[in-house]
Amino acid sequence: MKNQKKGVTTSLVVGVVAALAVGLVVGLLTGPSLLGVGTETVTVTVGGTGGGVQTVTQTVTVTVGTQTPVQLAGNIEVDGSSTVYPLTEAAAEEFMNIHKGVTISIGISGTGGGFKRFVIGETDINDASRPILKAEAETAAKNGVEWIEVPVAIDALVVVVHPSNNWVDCITISELREIWKPDSTVKLWSDVRPEWPNQPIKLYGAGPDSGTFDYFTERVVGKSKASRTDYVASEDDNVLVAGVESDPLSLGYFGFAYFAEAKDRTKVLKVRDDLAGGECVEPSDETASTFTYPLSRPLFIYVNKKSWDTKPHLREFVIYYVENGAKFAKKVAYTPFPDHYYRKAAALLRAGITEGLYELTTLKNKNAGPH
Amino acid sequence: MADTLLSQQDKFRRRDRAKQFLDRIAPVLLSLGVFVGVAAVTSLLFTVITTGWSRLSWNLIFAYPSANPQTAGMRSAFLGSFWTVSLSALVSIPLGIASALYLTEWSSHRRLRRFLEFNMANLAGVPSIIFGLVGLSILTYGLGLGRSIIAGAFTLGIMTLPLVTVSAAEAIKSVPEALKHGAYALGATKLQVTRHIILPRSLPMMMTGAILAISRAIGEAAPILVISGLLFIRTDPTSIFDRFTVMPLQIFNWVSRPQPAFQELSSAAIIVLLALLMMFNAAAIAIRYRYQRRVML
Repeated sequence: MKNQKKGVTTSLVVGVVAALAVGLVVGLLTGPSLLGVGTETVTVTVGGTGGGVQTVTQTVTVTVGTQTPVQLAGNIEVDGSSTVYPLTEAAAEEFMNIHKGVTISIGISGTGGGFKRFVIGETDINDASRPILKAEAETAAKNGVEWIEVPVAIDALVVVVHPSNNWVDCITISELREIWKPDSTVKLWSDVRPEWPNQPIKLYGAGPDSGTFDYFTERVVGKSKASRTDYVASEDDNVLVAGVESDPLSLGYFGFAYFAEAKDRTKVLKVRDDLAGGECVEPSDETASTFTYPLSRPLFIYVNKKSWDTKPHLREFVIYYVENGAKFAKKVAYTPFPDHYYRKAAALLRAGITEGLYELTTLKNKNAGPH
Repeated sequence: MADTLLSQQDKFRRRDRAKQFLDRIAPVLLSLGVFVGVAAVTSLLFTVITTGWSRLSWNLIFAYPSANPQTAGMRSAFLGSFWTVSLSALVSIPLGIASALYLTEWSSHRRLRRFLEFNMANLAGVPSIIFGLVGLSILTYGLGLGRSIIAGAFTLGIMTLPLVTVSAAEAIKSVPEALKHGAYALGATKLQVTRHIILPRSLPMMMTGAILAISRAIGEAAPILVISGLLFIRTDPTSIFDRFTVMPLQIFNWVSRPQPAFQELSSAAIIVLLALLMMFNAAAIAIRYRYQRRVML
């Protein structure tokens, strides 16, 4: 009886081992093709935005796809924008599930607060909802900190009104400028367009501490942080959604992800960039990712060059982040760049080329705003 | 003549009636104050509990933060809050009681004492972010403590110190002079009087100040945002020099996310925060109760 039991156990063990072995072989044979290992040829033009700048064109051919996981260990210190935070959180979470030895911590000191730490070399990566400022770049240079700028996703801003509003469908950038510029005289809807109702316009917008505010004022008013002040301001977009949906005469702006959750409670406007001779464009993942929608802003991570050079686990994390950028963007309801961007950017980073990633995103359109 | 007297009487009577009327509506007005306070707290609790109850689970305390609201927890924030608030209480309560004793019993400079007391009271009204910035420059950078639990705890401790000191000073002043004089007459030293008369008598009231201090420390996000700035961390603190985050930061982040699921999570987190707060305060109340009984006997 006992022997028989032993026999059953032994054959079970043998079976399991055999199954494992077969699985391993099959996995090894089919794995590479499933994981999409192939070659990617990318041509990047660096510095060729204006005319006078010298243009360097580089072509790289590298293998893309997930390589055999190496044992990685170490710390990565991230700080910065709370807008980019959900994206980096998603990336860090999945990366740490694969590489148990890597510890990533992410702060939410804000883009500016994070850059203060980044430019003195305190952090490895800074989440940024706007490009680095000149003053910040100068401090970095003084401290010998070099960086890599990696665009990771797009956060479009939507202009919304109350769902009962039936007089406006499309608004132009110059009308938005008239409404939002400092000391604006627009008090009534009819002050914007005479055919609109002779009733007060109630404004809801980003608070002055948010990156959204910096971007909107720079893109619409033309000067960063220049805005009228007599409106309901909040750093929390949920407050703005609640305001716009409760006020029939409201007009407000906030992040696209918040509109996605409030589609039935608010009405989104098309935006026409009349200064660039554009059409009325409705915000969507597609129009935002190609920058045809005028209020699309790119989100970035800034990577400390020294950390990049010395920490293999950080290199692997950044590449992983970019390779799966589209997935993470969708997960947290941001807009991904077109697929080819992530492929090319990851290929470049793998090849050790760290410049010109931003140019990759704007090849199709120059609507991306100031940089 | 009689006419004026009568009108005078009339005047008094009218004034009397007015006084009686005021006397009658006073409790209505006063209870209105109570009503507003209770109604505000109740509606807050109601909203939080109805939105957060379904998200309440052990996962919330045992799981690390995640981008997926189904699996997201606040283990690091829960532990961080527990460590910093406990440590800050260990800083603020002894220091607060010591300074209150010095100010009321030991210091002989009356004007210096007045000045210090006045400043202590003012300090209680300083915005908490200022304490955060001071903590950042002195503790984090000056003393090289870094963005650690100890730096956060000291900042919260110093921030809540005035609350403890002011209430402890009031408690000490309420100890009857006759008791102290009696002890001195029997030849007790100042330290003995403090130890055997003042402290046991005033400790229950001091605990009220401690409760206020803990309640304020546990709800603070601003100074911790400056000192730690951290939110996503997937290791548990093992020493006071480890990095940390706290629950108010996690709640603040979840509230501002677009997905409704995260807002429900934040409500659930608020319930946990309130539960932890009640736990801390229950400890203070237990101490108060014990000493009150001992003094009565």
